[in-house]
Amino acid sequence: MTTLNIDHVSRWFGNVVAVNDITMTIGPGVTGLLGPNGAGKSTLINMMGGFLAPSTGAVTLDGRPVWRNEQIYKDIGIVPEREAMYDFLTGREFVLANAELQGLGATAAQRALATVEMEYAQDRKISTYSKGMRQRVKMASALVHDPSLLLLDEPFNGMDPRQRMQLMDLLRRMGDEGRSVLFSSHILEEVEQLASHIEVIVAGRHAASGDFRRIRRLMTDRPHVYLVRSSDDRALAAALIADPSTAGIEVDVTEGALRIQAVDFGRFTALLPKVARDQGIRLLTVSPSDESLESVFSYLVAA
Amino acid sequence: MYDPTVARLTYRALLGRRRALILGALPVLLLVISAAVRGLSGADDQVAADLLGGFALATMVPIIGVIAGTGAIGPEIDDGSVVYLLAKPVKRSTIISTKLIVAIAVTMAFSAIPTFVAGLILNGNGQQIAVAYTVAALVASIAYAAMFLLLGTVTRHAVVFGLVYALVWEALFGSLVQGARTLSVQQWSLAVAQKVTDGDLVTSEVGLPTAVILLTVVTAGATWYAGQKLRTLKLAGEE
Repeated sequence: MTTLNIDHVSRWFGNVVAVNDITMTIGPGVTGLLGPNGAGKSTLINMMGGFLAPSTGAVTLDGRPVWRNEQIYKDIGIVPEREAMYDFLTGREFVLANAELQGLGATAAQRALATVEMEYAQDRKISTYSKGMRQRVKMASALVHDPSLLLLDEPFNGMDPRQRMQLMDLLRRMGDEGRSVLFSSHILEEVEQLASHIEVIVAGRHAASGDFRRIRRLMTDRPHVYLVRSSDDRALAAALIADPSTAGIEVDVTEGALRIQAVDFGRFTALLPKVARDQGIRLLTVSPSDESLESVFSYLVAA
Repeated sequence: MYDPTVARLTYRALLGRRRALILGALPVLLLVISAAVRGLSGADDQVAADLLGGFALATMVPIIGVIAGTGAIGPEIDDGSVVYLLAKPVKRSTIISTKLIVAIAVTMAFSAIPTFVAGLILNGNGQQIAVAYTVAALVASIAYAAMFLLLGTVTRHAVVFGLVYALVWEALFGSLVQGARTLSVQQWSLAVAQKVTDGDLVTSEVGLPTAVILLTVVTAGATWYAGQKLRTLKLAGEE
């Protein structure tokens, strides 16, 4: 049972605050670190992995500091986002080197290669590997010493669906074995499929934390803005505002449309077609106007 | 202090095909020139000393030092693959000292051995000239490797800065400005060579004690500081 504690950690680069007073605990099982690009996920993972000093606060693994403590890597396995990895070696040589640096030998390397099912290509140069193969060899190098904490930075980037599924299975297995697995992603579906626990980071701040159902509900329950065009916008607006599921309606004259802010997502989506039918109004356009991931995230920050 | 796995990875990276060709080019050129000079003008001690001092020690050794010293760590930091070394329970100072040993060995192999062979070709080690310049190349290899290894941990443009130092400072200023010679690895190594051979064809601007002290300080200081840099290395290419 290994627990990574992030205690009031901030990190700034000059005037830019990349990570802002984050406190969280990463325990056994798979945790997803979710946030849009540039949210500070990599900065946070780098501090978790001991590659960056927090400007304030502390990161500890079972009470031991992570920063400037090489011995901590006996318990941590790291899968970096970057591609570069001694391309002139074969997969086997690369994993063996990683094993040796952990004080282990060929047996450990071979076992790790078997875990990621890369034995078939282990004698090929890494430079000839596909993205997915590289990712798996990186995994093998991180697993070679059987670490209790596994940190993965955007591990699914650029993988095809089959490779993605394989890696998800593998990470799930690692979590089930009682390891603490943390991976970052900017894709909600990825995190939802894999993580039992989710931490959301937006603009360097800790926006939400919990199991994915709670996060999902937060995301669907937030106010939605719809752009609606109809045969009679004003009559439709008058009928909709009477219902508590809408918080505000703007008549956008230049667009020739209504901007409707719905506070109760489920109720509003049932109400709109019903009202239109009852009033004899034809709906021409109904489109959510703020479905970008960034707007979902920024709502979470406020929540 | 020395990790065989780090050493193996460093050797493989340094002696990869393209880099090995670059490393091999200057020594081959030196041997070709030496053979040509010997063939055209016969054995001449002064010519031998001029060629070994002016080309081998002043140009070839520092350039090979730049390639081996910066190449032992710079590319790994640049592309981020150094993370696989750093994320291990291996002391950062051990990583640096291992890489330094490899850089020194490669610099010596590609500079001192060809210098000795060239000396034999030029005048058959008459007046100990081949031995003297080989010793100088060996000594210089240590200091250059340490300096340029440090440069590789400090800047992404280590090769450029290294070449500027080697060619502008050592070769140009060293021959024009008196003071610059005191702060020149080339002169320090010549001081050691002078002591070894006891001849008058190999001379240095710097006294032996000064040279030995400066060599030690530069090598140890650069290695220590490179280890410190590696402990707090911020991996490039992140947000």
